Amino acid sequence: MANTLLSVGIDIGTSTTQVIFSKLTLEDLGGRFTAPNIAITKKEVIYRGEIHETPLLNHSLIDTQALCVLVEGEFRQAGFAVGATDTGAVIITGESARRENAAAVLQQLSGFAGEFVVATAGPDLESRIAGQGSGAQAYAQEHGLHVVNFDIGGGTTNVAVFDCGKLTATACYDIGGRLLKFTPQGKLIYLSEHAEKIAQTIGLCLRVADTPSLADLRALAQAMAQQLEVNTCELLTPNSVLLFSGGVADCIYRTGHELFAYNDFGVLLGQAVRNSRLFGYQVLAPQETIRATVMGAGSYTTTLSGSTIGYTHADLFPLKNLPVFALSPQQEQDAFDHGKADDFAHALCDFVQQTDANCVAIAFAGKPSPGWQELKRLAQALQQAASQAQLDPNIPWVFLAQHDIGKALGLAMTPYAQGRAVITLDGIDARQPDCYLDIGKPLMNGQVVPVVIKTLLFG
Amino acid sequence: MTQEALVELIVKAILEQTQSVVAPAVKDYNSGGLASAPTANPHTSARIGVGRAGARLRTDTYLQFRADHAAARDAVYNDVPAELLQQLNLPEFVTQCQSRDEFLTRPDLGRVFNEQTNKAIAAHNPQPCDVLIYAADGLSSKAVAANLENILPVLTESISQQGLRCGRPFFVKYGRVASMEQVAQLTGVKVVCVLIGERPGLGSAESMSAYMAYAPTVGMPEARRTVVSNIYSGGLNAVEAGAYVAEVLGRMHREKKSGVELNEG
Repeated sequence: MANTLLSVGIDIGTSTTQVIFSKLTLEDLGGRFTAPNIAITKKEVIYRGEIHETPLLNHSLIDTQALCVLVEGEFRQAGFAVGATDTGAVIITGESARRENAAAVLQQLSGFAGEFVVATAGPDLESRIAGQGSGAQAYAQEHGLHVVNFDIGGGTTNVAVFDCGKLTATACYDIGGRLLKFTPQGKLIYLSEHAEKIAQTIGLCLRVADTPSLADLRALAQAMAQQLEVNTCELLTPNSVLLFSGGVADCIYRTGHELFAYNDFGVLLGQAVRNSRLFGYQVLAPQETIRATVMGAGSYTTTLSGSTIGYTHADLFPLKNLPVFALSPQQEQDAFDHGKADDFAHALCDFVQQTDANCVAIAFAGKPSPGWQELKRLAQALQQAASQAQLDPNIPWVFLAQHDIGKALGLAMTPYAQGRAVITLDGIDARQPDCYLDIGKPLMNGQVVPVVIKTLLFG
Repeated sequence: MTQEALVELIVKAILEQTQSVVAPAVKDYNSGGLASAPTANPHTSARIGVGRAGARLRTDTYLQFRADHAAARDAVYNDVPAELLQQLNLPEFVTQCQSRDEFLTRPDLGRVFNEQTNKAIAAHNPQPCDVLIYAADGLSSKAVAANLENILPVLTESISQQGLRCGRPFFVKYGRVASMEQVAQLTGVKVVCVLIGERPGLGSAESMSAYMAYAPTVGMPEARRTVVSNIYSGGLNAVEAGAYVAEVLGRMHREKKSGVELNEG
């Protein structure tokens, strides 16, 4: 019994925009003699789009119209109707996320790319999916290693650390190949604020319209590489394996590029990274370089809930952009022990008012093997908090547990629901700051739901 | 004193003496205490990567093995505590087996009751009901002791939430899975579920299974049984298992079939 999902990934980066389509295969690994255990068992890329320049109106505005035409063209090329995708992500990365109309662009793109496509950005997510798309996570998991992925793009460098496949740290630095732009002759035509700052620290004064000397540019590239070295030294261990992805990675692994082949700083930066101390570690080539982020967006943003979950009605889904309210370990313990929500009911009320969302998700860890009485007390506390928050009675209550208690919790909530829709999911750890959630329609005979955890961006 | 407790005591004493001499090659080697298997690999409780001393197992690996083996034997040979059955208000019915040894050597007797017990089982559930759930010790009394308290109330609550009538549960001593055929015939209930201790391994002695069937009859093919196994704190936890099993029982009642037929939809 296998189901497949068609997933689209759209990455709008500082310098390039890309689209890929992939097929995700779902299978029940539980066998016939245990409870189901449904997992995504295969991720197959079925279409790789062209690498397009991100269309810009000027340095602070993205050309939305041109972008839509471009993405539509890729859908046509791939042979998929707009809206035919089951899931996926539109991700806006690097400096693009800081452009003035970024939010509007995302809104527009997510509108035509299918019902359950998330529009998202945020440095943590970006680092993670680049590391997944480059193959760093899979390599770390397979070989039990400490693997660090550096995704060096046009505007930013996203670092993700995978310890035996588990994401342990992310970081984002304003270092990239498009912080400076040149004419083919080497005349400087754009200098980002951040590049200017780094130049100043090494006593360089660069000016737009000048043609800086190669020695100066090499010194600047070296200074950037050094910044990476210094900032990431705490993340690395002597046995770390390093992977480089992103557009600049091609200039790291392969030499012989024309210095201004891309009219930017990428080749020089790549050479500087290659000569830096980062290459004193074991360095491997990734599966994907420039496409790492879009691969991650297309194949890794969708995860599955646990396979024994609870929901009262199947037509509640999809739910989009649910802000997540997380319980602290102490609050959770109190709920388990006393069935009271006194300390967090108030916080939940405030949260609901602040976010101005009518549907929120309440997240907690749960316990790996709770007692039934304990679980009933938790249900009672959750009910108390949710009632005090005075959520719209037509809106479902959504609860997210990390441990496998979803279906049982749903049962414990039933006496309190009184006709209200209740969703109790497990296998999801959404206890992180500023976290939002999309929940798709149930799959595999309604046993699991696809879930995307994202951080939303524009403050 | 149980075998397990005895071995544990001896192991502790020996470990105290040897620990200063034998430096563990793997850190946190025994941090789980004697109840857990030694693991060098966080992904599995299997005894891999445990090192060696010359051609043999290391002393603490060997002792751990003996301790786990003792725990498994205890799970088979001990009884489910009477206090637990009392607390859960479960009457105890014994199969035709006279002793634990007979139970282990005569599987056929573990499926049937004597005349008097037959009547008592029928009398325990005089009202018609849709689903009947009972527990049996099977090959691990420990599994029943560890999980029953949490799984049973979830099951009964969920069954009634589904609008089905749940029979009064009970406990069968020296019971095999196929005792469900007898129970179904004696009570006339269509959907029967037995919660039974699994044969213990060296990883855990607390694993329980829920075997279910629609209208089981003596001599039916095994393919008509549905099973949810691996119910314990390290596998599928008891409450979540209860919620899932109850759903399967509801489906069985609705679709009037079980086992392979139910899986095939």
